[in-house]
Amino acid sequence: MPSENLAITWRRIPERYRLVGTFCRNCQTSYFPARKLCPKCRRKGKIEQKQFSGRGKIYSFTEVTAGPSGFEKQTPYILAIVELEEGPKLTAQIVGARKVKIGDAVEAVFRKIIEDSEEGLIHYGYKFRLV
Amino acid sequence: MQSVGIVGYGVCVPKYRIKVQEIARVWGEEGDRISASLGIIEKSVPDIDEDAATLAVEAARNAIAFAKIKPDAIGAIYVGSESHPYAVKPTATIVAEAIGATPNLTAADLEFACKAGTAGIQICMGLVGANMVRYGLAIGADTSQGRPGDALEYTASAGAAAFVIGREKEEIVAEIEATCSFTTDTPDFWRRQHAEYPSHGGRFTGAPAYFRHIIGATQALFEKTGTRAADYDYFVFHQPNGKFPIEAAKKMGIDPQKVKPGLFTPIIGNTYSGASPIGLCGVLDIAKPGQRILLTSFGSGAGSDAFAIRVTDAIEKKRGEYCGRRLSDYLNDKEYIDYAIYVKHRRKLKM
Repeated sequence: MPSENLAITWRRIPERYRLVGTFCRNCQTSYFPARKLCPKCRRKGKIEQKQFSGRGKIYSFTEVTAGPSGFEKQTPYILAIVELEEGPKLTAQIVGARKVKIGDAVEAVFRKIIEDSEEGLIHYGYKFRLV
Repeated sequence: MQSVGIVGYGVCVPKYRIKVQEIARVWGEEGDRISASLGIIEKSVPDIDEDAATLAVEAARNAIAFAKIKPDAIGAIYVGSESHPYAVKPTATIVAEAIGATPNLTAADLEFACKAGTAGIQICMGLVGANMVRYGLAIGADTSQGRPGDALEYTASAGAAAFVIGREKEEIVAEIEATCSFTTDTPDFWRRQHAEYPSHGGRFTGAPAYFRHIIGATQALFEKTGTRAADYDYFVFHQPNGKFPIEAAKKMGIDPQKVKPGLFTPIIGNTYSGASPIGLCGVLDIAKPGQRILLTSFGSGAGSDAFAIRVTDAIEKKRGEYCGRRLSDYLNDKEYIDYAIYVKHRRKLKM
């Protein structure tokens, strides 16, 4: 069974594949995921597309031992809030490490996130690894 | 044709390794004997969330960072693999989107067992040389499978290599001076539609398949370019195991010492479409300006593509400036797993 609507998956490809968010030229704030309107500047905001570098650090993390549907076979895995060097924070899996600590430097990698089913769509996107 | 060459190159090898000894232990074989007869110590194993597409993306990103080009200047992407994640839906479009090259480009997947990556290089050479695209991106990527207990299981591994092909003289780090191929219908190895694992001809994969095509293409290239073995500093041959490339060199009177710097199968296994391309990347990491490299791939079914490559002065500056992951980083960043974890990673268990 598909985990989400195909059109939503398709629309989020730039965000998931290469960390495309937005940036407000007026107040110099970066947004990820993308915002169409700058909540600080409202109508004065000048929103434009921005691709994030993928570099950041671990802001917080947890170890998942009982994964949700589709992630059961990956447990235990580390799920972290990563603070990107441009400012925004996002939630992502950490690969290739069993132990991490707050403040560890990480970089984005392109990985398989979930498969809808044996015959379904494969969803790709960002995860992070220690640098 | 105008000169074309490699503007950037990059690789990706998964972090996990399994030793031949460990696989042999499960099947009651003598690990030492198999390790020695195949010339392989260990092989790479993809993580549970890695496939040919993710390896291709990482190798492509490294190649683009090395090349220092804008991804949207890439006009063609070809991904060669025998383990494309989808039977229908291209890996090349996933790569194109992940590197930011869409939408003004042509893209397609290629399949020719272990030589689909070099077939991509040839296509890109044609498109770039004919001024149809500014840059072409050719990738060989695989997460190959071997049937449990089969001889292939000791070698079938995962990895990828990507090359940005261009024509601007000052950008080229290795000029591809000539290429030629040797192709026949030889049934040495195949996998039918929907089949999980490949079948192969055992000993038949040697003389009539690997050696005939590797030697055929290499000698055709010598004739075409008027060169001989002594003119080249390095030889990179397809490496299904650690023995065949050395044996092929000996059969052609080539010093095996010229093959060893580009031979990585003993420590990462046979990465199929990534195999000889990764070997080339390893040589490009150490080659000096002016040195010549001969690369010959082999794909079962069967065919070989041979390339005469000359390293340019531009390589030292670009190598120095590149701060992404290199082959040596991937080789050193490893973690061993046992057969049980390997079975889980490769989804060999039916649940």
